[in-house]
Amino acid sequence: MKLLGLFNYWVFAVLLMIGLYALISKQNLVKKIMALAIFQSAVFLFFITMSRVDGGTAPIIQAGVSGQIFSNPLPQVLILTAIVVGISTTALGLAIVVRLNEEYGTVEDNEILAMDRES
Amino acid sequence: MNLVDHLPALQVALPLLTAPLVILLRNGFLAWMAALAASLASFGLAILLTQGVLGDGVPEYAIGGWQPPFGISLNVDGLGALMLLLVTGASSLGLAGGRLSLRRDIDNRRAPMFYGAWLIALAGLCGIAVSGDAFNVFVFMEISSLATYILIAAGRDRRALSAVFKYLIIGTIGATFYLIGVGFIYMMTGTLNFADMALRLGEVIETRPIIIAAGFITIGLALKAAIFPLHIWLPRAYTYAPNAVTVFIAACSTKVSIYVLLRFNYGVFHGNLLGHSDLFSVFIVPLALSGILLASAIAIYQGNIKKLLAFSSVAQIGYIALAAGLATQAGLMAAQLHMFNHALAKGTLFLCVTAFVLTSRSANMDKLAGIGRRMPWTMGAFVIAGLSLIGVPGTAGFISKWYLVVAVMEVPGWGIPLVVAIVASSLLAVVYLWKFVEKAYYGTPPDGDVSAMEVPLPLRALIWFAALANIYFGLAPQLPIALAESGTGTLLGGLL
Amino acid sequence: MMATSTLPIILILPLLGAIGIAFTGRWPNLREAISLLTAVTLAVLVFSWFPEVSDGARPHLLLSEPLPGLTLALSLEPLGMMFACIASFLWIINTVYSIGYMRGNNEKHQTRFYICFALAIAAAMGIALADNLFTLFLFYELLTISTYPLVAHKGDAKTIASARVYLGVLLGTSIGLLLPAIIWTWVATGTTTFTLGGIIEGKLAGPAVGLLLGLFVFGIGKAAVMPVHRWLPAAMVAPTPVSALLHAVAVVKAGVFSITKIIIYIFGVDFLFNEPSAQWLQFAAAFTIITASIIALYQTNLKRMLAYSTIGQLSYVIMATVILKPLAEVGAAVHIAAHAFGKITLFFAAGAIYTAAHKTELWQLAGIGRRMPVTMAAFTIGALSMIGVPPTAGFVSKWFILAGAFQAENYIAIFTIIGSTVLNAMYFLPIIYFAWLAPPADGVDMNHGEAPKAILLALSVTATLTIVFFFFNQPLLDLESQLVESLPL
Repeated sequence: MKLLGLFNYWVFAVLLMIGLYALISKQNLVKKIMALAIFQSAVFLFFITMSRVDGGTAPIIQAGVSGQIFSNPLPQVLILTAIVVGISTTALGLAIVVRLNEEYGTVEDNEILAMDRES
Repeated sequence: MNLVDHLPALQVALPLLTAPLVILLRNGFLAWMAALAASLASFGLAILLTQGVLGDGVPEYAIGGWQPPFGISLNVDGLGALMLLLVTGASSLGLAGGRLSLRRDIDNRRAPMFYGAWLIALAGLCGIAVSGDAFNVFVFMEISSLATYILIAAGRDRRALSAVFKYLIIGTIGATFYLIGVGFIYMMTGTLNFADMALRLGEVIETRPIIIAAGFITIGLALKAAIFPLHIWLPRAYTYAPNAVTVFIAACSTKVSIYVLLRFNYGVFHGNLLGHSDLFSVFIVPLALSGILLASAIAIYQGNIKKLLAFSSVAQIGYIALAAGLATQAGLMAAQLHMFNHALAKGTLFLCVTAFVLTSRSANMDKLAGIGRRMPWTMGAFVIAGLSLIGVPGTAGFISKWYLVVAVMEVPGWGIPLVVAIVASSLLAVVYLWKFVEKAYYGTPPDGDVSAMEVPLPLRALIWFAALANIYFGLAPQLPIALAESGTGTLLGGLL
Repeated sequence: MMATSTLPIILILPLLGAIGIAFTGRWPNLREAISLLTAVTLAVLVFSWFPEVSDGARPHLLLSEPLPGLTLALSLEPLGMMFACIASFLWIINTVYSIGYMRGNNEKHQTRFYICFALAIAAAMGIALADNLFTLFLFYELLTISTYPLVAHKGDAKTIASARVYLGVLLGTSIGLLLPAIIWTWVATGTTTFTLGGIIEGKLAGPAVGLLLGLFVFGIGKAAVMPVHRWLPAAMVAPTPVSALLHAVAVVKAGVFSITKIIIYIFGVDFLFNEPSAQWLQFAAAFTIITASIIALYQTNLKRMLAYSTIGQLSYVIMATVILKPLAEVGAAVHIAAHAFGKITLFFAAGAIYTAAHKTELWQLAGIGRRMPVTMAAFTIGALSMIGVPPTAGFVSKWFILAGAFQAENYIAIFTIIGSTVLNAMYFLPIIYFAWLAPPADGVDMNHGEAPKAILLALSVTATLTIVFFFFNQPLLDLESQLVESLPL
């Protein structure tokens, strides 16, 4: 039960590791960007999970209803911002990959490195 | 409220709001003018803020009138003012000195976009320095990083692209680690405000998440600050970036990450988390030491002057990290002073390199042979800034080195080995700088032409202004010392 | 009574001279006139302080305070007064000589040469006037850096390699050892100000004192105590006026001056005398004296031989200082002056021979006395002064050093001095003999006359002074005896 209760945190850890592993092991730059996105998503999940309060509902105040338990809205707001940051990073990363492909004709990291060494 | 109270917000808003206006300008020269004006204005604001800090102090600024800890607050203390001076000063220096070099590196059509990105990077860096909120720092960090990637990749050298890609990956990992750490702290304390965090940490009973958070934050920021061996992105990024951009980022961007590191490790954890300072020291000091020695040694073998200076930066960051890792009052003083003095020296050196590349179109040391005779003024300034980097008395570098040696002498048992390491790396600095100086003065130019070819007078004047600042702050360092003292006071809080 | 506020002029004057030289580089005559004018003005200014300091005045001026307790301050005391006098006075003569030498040999980059020379003098003045270790260190480094272009003057690969050794050793020792020593002193005592009687006493004791002394002595690489003497022979690649500057006017003198000053004003003579851990220094000095003299014996190149002679002579000063008795301290101070006159004469002579005859090796000198009588006469006087034969300057200082050694019953010092005198005689006297009496060696071109007039003028003056100093040294003795008047005899 305890294990299941921490299910989200397990997913967070696994996603984080998948992302990090792919970042290091993959040579393809597009895959690296994908790995980066997975890596960041893990953190989004982490924040969202911790805002959850047992028995809480969406933090919207309704007229006539009182005594409700709300989930913490702040992490969700933070993550909205973080998602924007993540998208910008992904977009910029992909833009750089496009430029790299224009200049080098490849998106493989080791091939680009080899060409850099030659010059 | 008078104007001074709004300065922290203005410091960020000014460059941030000027950026879109600059992008709308169609002409590269006009865009440059506007960006330089905004940068200088920011520098002016930073000076006003510094005066405020040294005077009555700058009141906390609550954005939108929302009071902390619920709203986002902006704080400026001595350390923050020091960073603001660095960031805005480096930006102004890079823009003012980089006009000719940037005109060559950046397509005129795209120049307005480039200067827009420059201002956004400036705004982000200023934001980090003023923000009193951990998440806000993350956002500003990413704003400045994204803009910096654009700046680095904007040049004509295609190797900049692969360099910046690596920087982007590592920078994002660093920022994400930082975010994870902030998340853990938020879980345990329910606050993002630095001051509030420090207050509530003392009440947290289960400290393991906090220790994990401290680990994530420290490693994340160490990645962004390029503390050895997490520096692998730095040399190539500095080398292949447009020269003026290197002046800007080399002087301040890594230091801003160290600034956040200090904020967290001293402002928040130190004193509230049992045993944290010991852990921090054990982690950071060996890394810093190996960086100081190894990076200096690697610098000796570089054939490209920009790469040489980049590795020297890694070593110098090691000094700052070492001083910061000592967890003493003297160490913190040394760390802050070295941030200031190193920025001064490195900014000047890269500005000189900008001038060299402008005339000889290469940063390769073999191609720059004999440049000292062809550009005596620029090379003279290079030598002065180089001496400051080595830490020769009478230059700014000496002051921080003095503080650093005094600080490590206080370390029980380790004083003498640490002094030996610092001294050894100073000597390595002599070697790698003199390798270039010798070549520049006594080498034969590749084409045998030794006729004079100085850069235009305004640029020369600016270079000498920067070089003389190195001497001025070596003889009259009262300003950075006062700021560092004030900064140390806030960092160590009531411990003083 | 001169105003204390005029002290910085002594530093600023050569700097102004350097700027003037830089702007008049295109007109050599004007440039040299400015050099000379600056040198003469500086000497007049420095000497005008002499009577006052001799009467016991100790002008002191605070310039700035970069760090709390760490000041940039100037002051004049007997030792510094003497050093400033020697350096500023010999600068005039050296300038005259340089003009003859540089023009006679058609050297390139003469403007750079004179600029760096003036900067080096400014640094030497700063060392002489330093009121504390920090100020001393600042000008010490400036002196190293400003003389680097002078040593590397020729600009070819061999010269640059030697200049690298010069800079490497001097900068390496100063940053590596001297700076930690200064910081240690500051941490231990809270001050770096030169104070009569020393500041260490009561703050450090036992082996730490010996270690600190070691950091200072080897950190001041300019004093060339073995094994940090390598730079001095390496620097022989420089033009001869520079060698003269290094050996007689500024650089090595700055080294021994600094050590003497540190021993007297930082450690304190009495304190060090009673500290067993500091005794190693006299062995180091004795070793250097004897070894350097033996190496000199085997040299075949005139300038290299003179370099090793200098290394030995410098350790005389250090040895005299660490005898730690009043007469010996006076002897140390006087030896700085006496050696300066003698060695500058020898180098001027070596340069004159190179300029007129292009000879650098000892065997080529056979019979040269008949071709260049004035030069060789001066050389003979200088060599006799090195050995310590009366009536030359060298005798005066040796007398005091020996007297001090007897006073302290320090037999190591006595035997070292006697032994090295014999060795000095062994390497100088044959040269004198061959130069005057032997026939020229085979295949050596003897169709040359005397050196240019400027050179002859300069070396005649210094040779004369070497002799005059023997008869007329009372003002200096009066001045230097103030160093030790508080000490029991």
